[in-house]
Amino acid sequence: MAHLNPTPVLEPTEDRTMILNMGPQHPSTHGVLRLLLEIDGETVIKCIPDIGYLHTGIEKTCEAKFYQQVVPLTDRIDYLCPMTNNLTYCLAVEKLLQLEIPPRAQFLRVLLNELTRINSHLVWLGTHALDIGAMTVFLYCFREREELLRIFENVSGQRMMTSYFRIGGVSMDPPIDFWKKTKAFIDKFPSRVDEYEGLLTSNPIWIERTKGVAHITAEECIALGCSGPTARGSGVDWDLRRDMPYTGYEKFKFKVPLSKDGDVYARYLLRVQELRESNSIARQAFDGMPEGSYKADAPKVVLPDREKMKTQMEALIYHFKIVTEGFTVPAGEVYQGVESPRGEMGYYVRSDGTAKPYRVHMRSACLGNLQALERLCVGRLLADVVAAIGSIDIVLGEIDR
Amino acid sequence: MPVQPAITDLEQLKSRPAVAALQNASLLEKATFDHDELTLYVNRSDIKQACDILRESPETKFNFLADITCVDVFPSEPRFEVIYNLLSHSRKERVRLIARVPGGDPSIESLMGLWPAANFFEREVFDLFGVRFVGHPNLRRIMMPEDWEGHPLRKDYPVEGYR
Repeated sequence: MAHLNPTPVLEPTEDRTMILNMGPQHPSTHGVLRLLLEIDGETVIKCIPDIGYLHTGIEKTCEAKFYQQVVPLTDRIDYLCPMTNNLTYCLAVEKLLQLEIPPRAQFLRVLLNELTRINSHLVWLGTHALDIGAMTVFLYCFREREELLRIFENVSGQRMMTSYFRIGGVSMDPPIDFWKKTKAFIDKFPSRVDEYEGLLTSNPIWIERTKGVAHITAEECIALGCSGPTARGSGVDWDLRRDMPYTGYEKFKFKVPLSKDGDVYARYLLRVQELRESNSIARQAFDGMPEGSYKADAPKVVLPDREKMKTQMEALIYHFKIVTEGFTVPAGEVYQGVESPRGEMGYYVRSDGTAKPYRVHMRSACLGNLQALERLCVGRLLADVVAAIGSIDIVLGEIDR
Repeated sequence: MPVQPAITDLEQLKSRPAVAALQNASLLEKATFDHDELTLYVNRSDIKQACDILRESPETKFNFLADITCVDVFPSEPRFEVIYNLLSHSRKERVRLIARVPGGDPSIESLMGLWPAANFFEREVFDLFGVRFVGHPNLRRIMMPEDWEGHPLRKDYPVEGYR
Protein backbone atom coordinates (compact mmCIF):
# COMPACT_ATOMS: atom_id res chain seq x y z
CA MET A 1 0.00 0.00 0.00
CA ALA A 2 2.95 2.25 -0.63
CA HIS A 3 0.84 4.46 -2.88
CA LEU A 4 -1.13 5.74 0.12
CA ASN A 5 1.87 7.82 1.13
CA PRO A 6 1.33 11.38 -0.02
CA THR A 7 3.74 12.30 -2.76
CA PRO A 8 5.42 14.44 -3.97
CA VAL A 9 7.41 15.66 -1.00
CA LEU A 10 8.86 19.13 -1.13
CA GLU A 11 12.03 20.06 0.76
CA PRO A 12 12.72 23.63 1.89
CA THR A 13 15.20 25.32 -0.44
CA GLU A 14 16.56 27.68 2.18
CA ASP A 15 17.04 27.57 5.92
CA ARG A 16 14.51 30.29 6.60
CA THR A 17 11.67 28.81 4.57
CA MET A 18 9.30 26.09 5.61
CA ILE A 19 6.95 23.70 3.83
CA LEU A 20 3.26 23.89 4.50
CA ASN A 21 1.05 21.05 3.38
CA MET A 22 -2.41 22.45 2.66
CA GLY A 23 -5.03 19.82 2.02
CA PRO A 24 -6.26 17.43 0.82
CA GLN A 25 -8.75 17.75 3.66
CA HIS A 26 -8.50 21.50 4.08
CA PRO A 27 -12.02 23.00 4.01
CA SER A 28 -11.09 25.86 1.67
CA THR A 29 -9.58 23.65 -1.03
CA HIS A 30 -13.08 22.81 -2.30
CA GLY A 31 -12.82 19.07 -2.32
CA VAL A 32 -9.54 17.27 -2.26
CA LEU A 33 -6.91 19.56 -3.68
CA ARG A 34 -3.54 19.30 -1.98
CA LEU A 35 -1.22 22.25 -2.17
CA LEU A 36 2.45 22.07 -1.29
CA LEU A 37 3.41 25.55 -0.23
CA GLU A 38 6.88 26.77 0.53
CA ILE A 39 6.59 29.85 2.71
CA ASP A 40 9.01 32.46 3.85
CA GLY A 41 7.31 33.89 6.91
CA GLU A 42 3.84 34.66 5.58
CA THR A 43 4.88 34.93 1.92
CA VAL A 44 4.34 32.07 -0.49
CA ILE A 45 7.42 31.44 -2.62
CA LYS A 46 6.39 28.15 -4.20
CA CYS A 47 3.02 26.54 -4.76
CA ILE A 48 2.64 23.05 -6.21
CA PRO A 49 -0.87 21.68 -6.69
CA ASP A 50 -1.16 17.93 -6.18
CA ILE A 51 -4.29 16.46 -7.73
CA GLY A 52 -5.65 13.03 -8.50
CA TYR A 53 -7.34 12.17 -5.20
CA LEU A 54 -10.71 11.87 -6.93
CA HIS A 55 -9.49 10.05 -10.02
CA THR A 56 -12.06 7.38 -10.78
CA GLY A 57 -11.16 6.54 -14.35
CA ILE A 58 -14.41 7.80 -15.84
CA GLU A 59 -12.82 8.03 -19.31
CA LYS A 60 -11.91 4.35 -19.12
CA THR A 61 -15.35 3.39 -17.83
CA CYS A 62 -16.98 5.22 -20.77
CA GLU A 63 -15.22 2.89 -23.20
CA ALA A 64 -17.02 -0.09 -21.67
CA LYS A 65 -20.53 1.43 -21.76
CA PHE A 66 -23.13 1.98 -24.45
CA TYR A 67 -23.41 5.54 -25.69
CA GLN A 68 -26.57 6.20 -23.69
CA GLN A 69 -25.06 4.70 -20.54
CA VAL A 70 -22.33 7.34 -20.51
CA VAL A 71 -24.82 10.15 -19.77
CA PRO A 72 -25.13 9.38 -16.02
CA LEU A 73 -21.34 9.14 -15.78
CA THR A 74 -21.00 12.70 -17.05
CA ASP A 75 -23.00 13.97 -14.05
CA ARG A 76 -20.37 12.65 -11.72
CA ILE A 77 -17.57 14.68 -13.25
CA ASP A 78 -18.72 18.09 -12.19
CA TYR A 79 -21.34 17.64 -9.54
CA LEU A 80 -22.19 21.35 -9.47
CA CYS A 81 -23.23 21.60 -13.11
CA PRO A 82 -24.43 18.12 -14.13
CA MET A 83 -26.67 19.47 -16.90
CA THR A 84 -23.79 21.25 -18.63
CA ASN A 85 -21.86 18.00 -18.73
CA ASN A 86 -24.88 16.05 -19.97
CA LEU A 87 -25.35 18.68 -22.65
CA THR A 88 -21.76 18.62 -23.85
CA TYR A 89 -21.68 14.86 -24.18
CA CYS A 90 -25.08 14.71 -25.88
CA LEU A 91 -24.09 17.45 -28.33
CA ALA A 92 -20.89 15.59 -29.22
CA VAL A 93 -22.69 12.31 -29.90
CA GLU A 94 -25.50 14.11 -31.76
CA LYS A 95 -22.85 15.69 -33.97
CA LEU A 96 -21.50 12.24 -34.80
CA LEU A 97 -25.02 10.97 -35.48
CA GLN A 98 -25.93 14.21 -37.33
CA LEU A 99 -29.19 14.36 -35.43
CA GLU A 100 -31.51 17.33 -35.62
CA ILE A 101 -32.82 18.43 -32.25
CA PRO A 102 -36.35 19.93 -32.08
CA PRO A 103 -36.61 23.54 -30.86
CA ARG A 104 -38.46 22.68 -27.66
CA ALA A 105 -35.67 20.37 -26.55
CA GLN A 106 -33.12 23.07 -27.37
CA PHE A 107 -34.97 25.69 -25.34
CA LEU A 108 -35.39 23.28 -22.44
CA ARG A 109 -31.67 22.59 -22.59
CA VAL A 110 -30.82 26.29 -22.58
CA LEU A 111 -33.25 26.97 -19.72
CA LEU A 112 -31.91 24.19 -17.53
CA ASN A 113 -28.33 24.90 -18.50
CA GLU A 114 -28.65 28.47 -17.30
CA LEU A 115 -30.39 27.41 -14.09
CA THR A 116 -27.49 25.02 -13.57
CA ARG A 117 -25.06 27.87 -14.09
CA ILE A 118 -26.90 29.89 -11.45
CA ASN A 119 -26.80 26.87 -9.13
CA SER A 120 -23.07 26.45 -9.63
CA HIS A 121 -22.32 30.14 -9.18
CA LEU A 122 -24.41 30.20 -5.99
CA VAL A 123 -22.35 27.39 -4.47
CA TRP A 124 -19.23 29.20 -5.60
CA LEU A 125 -20.33 32.52 -4.09
CA GLY A 126 -21.41 30.95 -0.82
CA THR A 127 -18.27 28.91 -0.28
CA HIS A 128 -15.91 31.60 -1.59
CA ALA A 129 -17.36 34.12 0.85
CA LEU A 130 -17.26 31.51 3.61
CA ASP A 131 -13.56 30.88 2.94
CA ILE A 132 -12.80 34.57 3.25
CA GLY A 133 -14.89 34.85 6.40
CA ALA A 134 -18.30 36.18 5.36
CA MET A 135 -20.53 33.49 6.77
CA THR A 136 -23.95 35.03 6.10
CA VAL A 137 -23.68 34.95 2.30
CA PHE A 138 -23.45 31.18 2.40
CA LEU A 139 -26.88 30.89 4.03
CA TYR A 140 -28.44 33.30 1.54
CA CYS A 141 -26.98 31.45 -1.45
CA PHE A 142 -28.03 28.04 -0.24
CA ARG A 143 -31.58 29.32 0.31
CA GLU A 144 -31.90 29.93 -3.44
CA ARG A 145 -29.92 26.84 -4.31
CA GLU A 146 -32.41 24.74 -2.40
CA GLU A 147 -35.18 26.10 -4.63
CA LEU A 148 -33.13 25.25 -7.70
CA LEU A 149 -32.48 21.73 -6.47
CA ARG A 150 -36.23 21.31 -5.98
CA ILE A 151 -36.76 22.44 -9.56
CA PHE A 152 -34.19 19.90 -10.74
CA GLU A 153 -35.80 17.19 -8.66
CA ASN A 154 -39.14 18.13 -10.12
CA VAL A 155 -37.95 17.89 -13.70
CA SER A 156 -35.62 14.89 -13.46
CA GLY A 157 -36.37 13.08 -10.21
CA GLN A 158 -32.92 13.84 -8.83
CA ARG A 159 -31.57 16.81 -6.93
CA MET A 160 -27.95 16.69 -8.02
CA MET A 161 -27.17 13.85 -10.42
CA THR A 162 -29.92 14.80 -12.82
CA SER A 163 -29.05 12.93 -16.05
CA TYR A 164 -31.97 14.75 -17.60
CA PHE A 165 -30.58 15.30 -21.09
CA ARG A 166 -30.57 12.37 -23.45
CA ILE A 167 -28.93 11.84 -26.80
CA GLY A 168 -31.57 13.31 -29.10
CA GLY A 169 -33.35 15.60 -26.65
CA VAL A 170 -34.36 15.39 -23.03
CA SER A 171 -35.73 12.44 -21.07
CA MET A 172 -39.31 13.69 -20.63
CA ASP A 173 -41.50 16.75 -20.87
CA PRO A 174 -41.32 18.72 -17.61
CA PRO A 175 -44.32 18.35 -15.25
CA ILE A 176 -46.78 21.24 -14.77
CA ASP A 177 -45.28 22.08 -11.37
CA PHE A 178 -41.97 22.81 -13.02
CA TRP A 179 -43.27 25.80 -14.97
CA LYS A 180 -44.82 27.35 -11.87
CA LYS A 181 -41.72 26.87 -9.73
CA THR A 182 -39.34 28.06 -12.42
CA LYS A 183 -41.42 31.16 -13.13
CA ALA A 184 -41.44 32.02 -9.43
CA PHE A 185 -37.70 31.53 -9.21
CA ILE A 186 -36.84 33.58 -12.31
CA ASP A 187 -39.09 36.42 -11.18
CA LYS A 188 -37.63 36.76 -7.74
CA PHE A 189 -33.99 35.90 -8.39
CA PRO A 190 -32.72 39.38 -9.49
CA SER A 191 -33.79 40.84 -6.13
CA ARG A 192 -31.94 38.01 -4.42
CA VAL A 193 -28.77 38.90 -6.31
CA ASP A 194 -29.21 42.45 -4.98
CA GLU A 195 -29.17 40.94 -1.50
CA TYR A 196 -25.85 39.15 -2.09
CA GLU A 197 -24.39 42.28 -3.59
CA GLY A 198 -25.65 44.30 -0.63
CA LEU A 199 -23.69 42.00 1.65
CA LEU A 200 -20.44 42.01 -0.31
CA THR A 201 -19.92 44.48 -3.16
CA SER A 202 -19.20 47.57 -1.07
CA ASN A 203 -18.29 45.74 2.11
CA PRO A 204 -14.91 47.24 3.18
CA ILE A 205 -13.62 43.95 4.64
CA TRP A 206 -14.53 42.07 1.44
CA ILE A 207 -12.85 44.71 -0.73
CA GLU A 208 -9.76 44.66 1.47
CA ARG A 209 -9.46 40.90 1.15
CA THR A 210 -10.11 40.70 -2.60
CA LYS A 211 -9.16 43.89 -4.44
CA GLY A 212 -5.74 43.69 -6.06
CA VAL A 213 -5.30 40.15 -4.75
CA ALA A 214 -4.13 37.29 -6.99
CA HIS A 215 -3.74 39.36 -10.13
CA ILE A 216 -3.29 37.75 -13.55
CA THR A 217 -3.08 39.30 -17.01
CA ALA A 218 -4.95 38.29 -20.18
CA GLU A 219 -1.76 37.04 -21.87
CA GLU A 220 -0.96 34.82 -18.91
CA CYS A 221 -4.50 33.46 -18.89
CA ILE A 222 -4.23 32.45 -22.55
CA ALA A 223 -0.74 30.97 -22.11
CA LEU A 224 -1.81 28.93 -19.08
CA GLY A 225 -5.02 27.60 -20.64
CA CYS A 226 -7.52 29.53 -18.49
CA SER A 227 -11.04 29.96 -19.77
CA GLY A 228 -14.42 31.12 -18.56
CA PRO A 229 -14.86 33.74 -15.83
CA THR A 230 -11.21 33.37 -14.77
CA ALA A 231 -10.03 34.52 -18.20
CA ARG A 232 -12.85 37.05 -18.70
CA GLY A 233 -11.94 38.63 -15.37
CA SER A 234 -8.61 39.54 -16.95
CA GLY A 235 -10.07 40.85 -20.19
CA VAL A 236 -10.11 37.81 -22.48
CA ASP A 237 -13.31 38.54 -24.37
CA TRP A 238 -14.36 34.99 -25.11
CA ASP A 239 -17.59 33.18 -24.37
CA LEU A 240 -18.45 30.04 -26.31
CA ARG A 241 -22.19 30.75 -25.98
CA ARG A 242 -21.73 33.93 -27.99
CA ASP A 243 -18.69 33.15 -30.14
CA MET A 244 -19.35 29.54 -31.14
CA PRO A 245 -23.07 29.11 -30.40
CA TYR A 246 -24.46 25.67 -29.74
CA THR A 247 -27.93 24.32 -28.93
CA GLY A 248 -29.58 27.53 -30.14
CA TYR A 249 -27.74 30.15 -28.06
CA GLU A 250 -27.64 32.37 -31.13
CA LYS A 251 -31.37 33.03 -30.60
CA PHE A 252 -30.83 34.61 -27.20
CA LYS A 253 -29.78 38.14 -26.34
CA PHE A 254 -27.27 38.43 -23.57
CA LYS A 255 -24.21 40.40 -22.56
CA VAL A 256 -20.89 38.80 -21.77
CA PRO A 257 -19.55 40.54 -18.66
CA LEU A 258 -15.92 41.51 -18.98
CA SER A 259 -13.41 43.02 -16.62
CA LYS A 260 -9.86 44.18 -17.14
CA ASP A 261 -8.71 44.20 -13.50
CA GLY A 262 -7.81 40.51 -13.24
CA ASP A 263 -8.01 40.28 -9.45
CA VAL A 264 -10.25 38.30 -7.10
CA TYR A 265 -12.70 41.20 -6.79
CA ALA A 266 -13.02 41.48 -10.59
CA ARG A 267 -13.80 37.77 -10.87
CA TYR A 268 -16.35 38.13 -8.07
CA LEU A 269 -18.13 41.06 -9.76
CA LEU A 270 -18.06 39.24 -13.08
CA ARG A 271 -19.69 36.09 -11.75
CA VAL A 272 -22.37 38.13 -9.97
CA GLN A 273 -23.13 39.84 -13.28
CA GLU A 274 -23.24 36.40 -14.91
CA LEU A 275 -25.90 35.40 -12.38
CA ARG A 276 -28.09 38.23 -13.69
CA GLU A 277 -27.34 37.43 -17.33
CA SER A 278 -28.07 33.74 -16.81
CA ASN A 279 -31.36 34.64 -15.20
CA SER A 280 -32.18 36.82 -18.19
CA ILE A 281 -31.37 33.99 -20.64
CA ALA A 282 -33.45 31.60 -18.57
CA ARG A 283 -36.35 34.07 -18.71
CA GLN A 284 -36.07 34.36 -22.51
CA ALA A 285 -36.02 30.57 -22.81
CA PHE A 286 -38.97 30.28 -20.45
CA ASP A 287 -41.07 32.92 -22.25
CA GLY A 288 -40.19 31.74 -25.73
CA MET A 289 -40.58 28.02 -25.03
CA PRO A 290 -41.92 26.53 -28.28
CA GLU A 291 -44.47 23.75 -28.40
CA GLY A 292 -43.62 20.46 -30.00
CA SER A 293 -41.64 17.37 -29.34
CA TYR A 294 -38.97 17.25 -26.65
CA LYS A 295 -36.93 14.61 -28.46
CA ALA A 296 -35.63 14.02 -31.95
CA ASP A 297 -37.46 11.90 -34.47
CA ALA A 298 -34.88 9.13 -34.62
CA PRO A 299 -36.46 5.84 -33.56
CA LYS A 300 -33.19 3.94 -33.71
CA VAL A 301 -31.52 6.27 -31.24
CA VAL A 302 -34.20 7.83 -29.04
CA LEU A 303 -36.32 5.65 -26.77
CA PRO A 304 -40.01 5.58 -27.84
CA ASP A 305 -42.89 7.02 -25.81
CA ARG A 306 -44.34 4.70 -23.21
CA GLU A 307 -47.77 4.91 -24.86
CA LYS A 308 -46.41 3.92 -28.26
CA MET A 309 -44.63 0.95 -26.75
CA LYS A 310 -47.93 -0.43 -25.56
CA THR A 311 -49.64 -0.08 -28.93
CA GLN A 312 -46.97 -0.36 -31.62
CA MET A 313 -44.82 -3.39 -32.29
CA GLU A 314 -42.00 -1.37 -33.90
CA ALA A 315 -41.71 0.91 -30.88
CA LEU A 316 -41.40 -2.10 -28.61
CA ILE A 317 -38.73 -3.64 -30.82
CA TYR A 318 -36.71 -0.42 -30.97
CA HIS A 319 -36.99 0.00 -27.22
CA PHE A 320 -35.76 -3.55 -26.66
CA LYS A 321 -32.89 -3.16 -29.11
CA ILE A 322 -31.70 0.22 -27.79
CA VAL A 323 -31.76 -0.98 -24.20
CA THR A 324 -30.12 -4.36 -24.78
CA GLU A 325 -27.75 -3.68 -27.68
CA GLY A 326 -27.38 0.09 -27.68
CA PHE A 327 -27.30 2.00 -30.96
CA THR A 328 -24.39 2.24 -33.33
CA VAL A 329 -22.76 5.55 -34.14
CA PRO A 330 -20.98 6.14 -37.48
CA ALA A 331 -17.20 6.06 -37.21
CA GLY A 332 -15.60 9.44 -36.76
CA GLU A 333 -14.34 11.87 -34.20
CA VAL A 334 -15.76 15.13 -32.86
CA TYR A 335 -14.90 17.71 -30.28
CA GLN A 336 -17.66 19.74 -28.72
CA GLY A 337 -16.90 22.58 -26.36
CA VAL A 338 -19.48 24.45 -24.31
CA GLU A 339 -19.26 27.30 -21.85
CA SER A 340 -19.62 25.67 -18.47
CA PRO A 341 -19.83 27.84 -15.33
CA ARG A 342 -16.09 27.36 -14.98
CA GLY A 343 -14.92 27.76 -18.55
CA GLU A 344 -14.58 25.65 -21.65
CA MET A 345 -15.92 22.18 -20.98
CA GLY A 346 -15.17 19.98 -23.95
CA TYR A 347 -15.87 16.41 -24.95
CA TYR A 348 -13.80 14.59 -27.50
CA VAL A 349 -15.63 11.49 -28.67
CA ARG A 350 -14.27 8.98 -31.15
CA SER A 351 -16.45 6.27 -32.57
CA ASP A 352 -15.36 3.13 -34.37
CA GLY A 353 -18.85 2.37 -35.64
CA THR A 354 -19.93 0.14 -32.75
CA ALA A 355 -22.42 0.74 -29.92
CA LYS A 356 -19.71 1.74 -27.45
CA PRO A 357 -17.50 4.81 -27.75
CA TYR A 358 -13.91 4.04 -28.68
CA ARG A 359 -12.67 6.96 -26.66
CA VAL A 360 -14.32 9.71 -24.62
CA HIS A 361 -12.12 12.49 -23.35
CA MET A 362 -13.29 15.39 -21.23
CA ARG A 363 -11.49 18.67 -21.55
CA SER A 364 -11.76 20.01 -18.05
CA ALA A 365 -12.12 23.75 -17.59
CA CYS A 366 -10.77 23.55 -14.04
CA LEU A 367 -7.61 21.71 -15.06
CA GLY A 368 -6.67 24.67 -17.25
CA ASN A 369 -7.67 27.19 -14.60
CA LEU A 370 -5.76 25.35 -11.88
CA GLN A 371 -2.53 25.84 -13.80
CA ALA A 372 -2.87 29.54 -13.09
CA LEU A 373 -2.94 28.97 -9.32
CA GLU A 374 0.82 28.99 -8.94
CA ARG A 375 0.98 32.28 -10.81
CA LEU A 376 -1.80 33.70 -8.61
CA CYS A 377 -0.25 32.68 -5.28
CA VAL A 378 3.50 33.09 -5.57
CA GLY A 379 4.74 36.27 -3.91
CA ARG A 380 1.50 36.82 -2.03
CA LEU A 381 0.48 36.18 1.55
CA LEU A 382 -0.64 32.79 2.75
CA ALA A 383 -4.13 34.09 3.53
CA ASP A 384 -4.50 35.15 -0.12
CA VAL A 385 -4.07 31.55 -1.27
CA VAL A 386 -7.54 30.82 0.09
CA ALA A 387 -8.98 33.79 -1.80
CA ALA A 388 -7.15 32.76 -4.98
CA ILE A 389 -8.44 29.17 -4.88
CA GLY A 390 -11.97 30.41 -4.33
CA SER A 391 -11.74 32.90 -7.16
CA ILE A 392 -10.88 30.33 -9.85
CA ASP A 393 -13.85 28.19 -8.75
CA ILE A 394 -12.42 24.71 -9.01
CA VAL A 395 -14.31 21.46 -8.76
CA LEU A 396 -11.93 18.61 -8.11
CA GLY A 397 -14.27 15.99 -9.50
CA GLU A 398 -13.87 17.61 -12.90
CA ILE A 399 -10.10 17.97 -12.62
CA ASP A 400 -9.44 14.37 -11.61
CA ARG A 401 -12.26 12.63 -13.48
CA MET B 1 -30.47 15.13 -42.18
CA PRO B 2 -28.37 13.53 -44.93
CA VAL B 3 -25.00 12.29 -43.75
CA GLN B 4 -22.22 14.43 -45.17
CA PRO B 5 -19.10 12.52 -46.21
CA ALA B 6 -15.72 13.64 -44.92
CA ILE B 7 -13.55 15.72 -47.25
CA THR B 8 -10.01 14.38 -47.46
CA ASP B 9 -8.87 15.96 -50.74
CA LEU B 10 -6.09 18.46 -50.03
CA GLU B 11 -6.95 20.48 -53.15
CA GLN B 12 -10.47 21.15 -51.83
CA LEU B 13 -9.19 22.03 -48.39
CA LYS B 14 -6.52 24.41 -49.63
CA SER B 15 -8.74 27.43 -49.09
CA ARG B 16 -8.57 26.88 -45.34
CA PRO B 17 -5.75 28.97 -43.85
CA ALA B 18 -4.57 26.27 -41.45
CA VAL B 19 -4.17 23.77 -44.30
CA ALA B 20 -2.41 26.30 -46.51
CA ALA B 21 -0.06 27.39 -43.73
CA LEU B 22 1.12 23.86 -42.99
CA GLN B 23 1.28 22.94 -46.66
CA ASN B 24 3.54 25.89 -47.43
CA ALA B 25 5.96 24.65 -44.80
CA SER B 26 5.45 21.10 -46.20
CA LEU B 27 4.55 19.72 -42.79
CA LEU B 28 1.12 18.36 -43.66
CA GLU B 29 0.70 14.60 -44.05
CA LYS B 30 -3.06 14.42 -44.39
CA ALA B 31 -6.11 16.55 -43.71
CA THR B 32 -9.76 15.73 -43.22
CA PHE B 33 -12.82 17.90 -42.82
CA ASP B 34 -15.65 16.07 -41.12
CA HIS B 35 -18.58 17.18 -38.93
CA ASP B 36 -17.50 20.81 -39.51
CA GLU B 37 -14.17 20.08 -37.88
CA LEU B 38 -10.77 20.28 -39.47
CA THR B 39 -8.22 17.62 -38.60
CA LEU B 40 -4.59 17.91 -39.69
CA TYR B 41 -2.11 15.06 -39.48
CA VAL B 42 1.54 15.93 -38.97
CA ASN B 43 4.68 13.92 -38.37
CA ARG B 44 5.53 13.65 -34.69
CA SER B 45 8.91 15.27 -35.16
CA ASP B 46 7.24 18.35 -36.69
CA ILE B 47 4.58 18.94 -34.06
CA LYS B 48 6.26 21.86 -32.32
CA GLN B 49 7.08 23.58 -35.58
CA ALA B 50 3.53 23.06 -36.87
CA CYS B 51 2.01 24.51 -33.70
CA ASP B 52 4.41 27.42 -33.85
CA ILE B 53 3.37 28.19 -37.44
CA LEU B 54 -0.33 27.91 -36.64
CA ARG B 55 0.07 30.18 -33.65
CA GLU B 56 2.26 32.86 -35.21
CA SER B 57 0.92 33.03 -38.77
CA PRO B 58 -1.39 36.07 -39.17
CA GLU B 59 -3.85 34.03 -41.28
CA THR B 60 -4.34 31.31 -38.68
CA LYS B 61 -3.70 32.85 -35.23
CA PHE B 62 -4.47 29.78 -33.18
CA ASN B 63 -3.49 31.43 -29.92
CA PHE B 64 -5.06 29.06 -27.39
CA LEU B 65 -4.10 25.47 -26.65
CA ALA B 66 -7.45 24.07 -25.55
CA ASP B 67 -6.55 20.48 -24.96
CA ILE B 68 -4.07 17.66 -25.44
CA THR B 69 -5.29 14.10 -25.41
CA CYS B 70 -4.43 10.75 -26.89
CA VAL B 71 -6.09 7.73 -28.43
CA ASP B 72 -4.65 4.24 -28.30
CA VAL B 73 -5.41 2.33 -31.51
CA PHE B 74 -3.90 -0.93 -30.21
CA PRO B 75 -3.07 -3.35 -31.81
CA SER B 76 -2.40 -1.39 -35.02
CA GLU B 77 0.75 0.65 -35.50
CA PRO B 78 1.63 3.48 -35.03
CA ARG B 79 -0.16 2.84 -31.81
CA PHE B 80 -0.84 6.26 -30.29
CA GLU B 81 -2.47 9.31 -31.77
CA VAL B 82 -1.65 12.39 -29.75
CA ILE B 83 -4.35 14.97 -30.36
CA TYR B 84 -3.85 18.71 -29.98
CA ASN B 85 -6.87 20.95 -29.95
CA LEU B 86 -6.10 24.53 -30.88
CA LEU B 87 -8.49 27.45 -30.75
CA SER B 88 -8.28 30.88 -32.31
CA HIS B 89 -10.00 33.56 -30.26
CA SER B 90 -9.85 36.19 -32.96
CA ARG B 91 -10.99 33.95 -35.84
CA LYS B 92 -13.43 31.85 -33.79
CA GLU B 93 -12.16 28.63 -35.23
CA ARG B 94 -10.82 25.34 -33.96
CA VAL B 95 -8.34 22.95 -35.49
CA ARG B 96 -7.28 19.49 -34.42
CA LEU B 97 -3.70 18.35 -34.92
CA ILE B 98 -2.92 14.68 -34.78
CA ALA B 99 0.57 13.23 -34.48
CA ARG B 100 0.99 9.47 -34.65
CA VAL B 101 3.43 7.93 -32.21
CA PRO B 102 4.70 4.34 -32.45
CA GLY B 103 4.16 1.96 -29.54
CA GLY B 104 7.82 0.91 -29.49
CA ASP B 105 9.07 4.40 -28.77
CA PRO B 106 6.15 6.45 -27.45
CA SER B 107 7.69 9.91 -27.31
CA ILE B 108 6.95 13.30 -28.80
CA GLU B 109 8.24 16.80 -28.35
CA SER B 110 6.75 18.82 -25.51
CA LEU B 111 4.85 22.04 -26.22
CA MET B 112 5.79 23.60 -22.88
CA GLY B 113 7.99 26.11 -24.67
CA LEU B 114 5.03 27.42 -26.70
CA TRP B 115 2.21 27.20 -24.20
CA PRO B 116 2.78 26.64 -20.46
CA ALA B 117 -0.79 25.29 -20.56
CA ALA B 118 0.64 22.06 -21.98
CA ASN B 119 2.04 21.24 -18.52
CA PHE B 120 -0.90 19.41 -16.95
CA PHE B 121 -2.33 18.17 -20.26
CA GLU B 122 0.94 16.46 -21.19
CA ARG B 123 1.38 15.03 -17.72
CA GLU B 124 -2.10 13.56 -17.95
CA VAL B 125 -1.38 11.91 -21.30
CA PHE B 126 1.94 10.61 -19.95
CA ASP B 127 0.23 9.23 -16.85
CA LEU B 128 -2.68 7.51 -18.57
CA PHE B 129 -1.06 6.45 -21.87
CA GLY B 130 2.67 6.35 -21.20
CA VAL B 131 3.55 8.74 -24.01
CA ARG B 132 6.70 10.63 -23.06
CA PHE B 133 6.94 14.34 -23.83
CA VAL B 134 10.57 15.17 -24.52
CA GLY B 135 11.50 18.50 -23.00
CA HIS B 136 8.79 18.59 -20.35
CA PRO B 137 10.51 19.79 -17.15
CA ASN B 138 8.37 17.84 -14.71
CA LEU B 139 6.97 14.77 -16.42
CA ARG B 140 5.50 12.89 -13.47
CA ARG B 141 2.23 11.08 -12.88
CA ILE B 142 -0.62 13.47 -12.17
CA MET B 143 -3.80 11.41 -11.70
CA MET B 144 -2.51 8.01 -10.59
CA PRO B 145 -0.27 7.43 -7.54
CA GLU B 146 3.46 7.84 -8.18
CA ASP B 147 4.18 4.12 -7.84
CA TRP B 148 1.33 2.89 -10.02
CA GLU B 149 2.23 0.26 -12.58
CA GLY B 150 0.92 0.52 -16.12
CA HIS B 151 -1.02 3.19 -17.95
CA PRO B 152 -4.77 2.75 -17.44
CA LEU B 153 -6.17 4.27 -20.64
CA ARG B 154 -4.20 1.94 -22.91
CA LYS B 155 -6.49 -0.49 -24.65
CA ASP B 156 -4.57 -3.54 -23.35
CA TYR B 157 -5.19 -2.43 -19.76
CA PRO B 158 -8.34 -4.15 -18.43
CA VAL B 159 -11.28 -1.95 -17.46
CA GLU B 160 -11.50 -3.63 -14.06
CA GLY B 161 -7.75 -3.15 -13.51
CA TYR B 162 -5.29 -5.89 -12.61
CA ARG B 163 -6.24 -7.94 -9.56
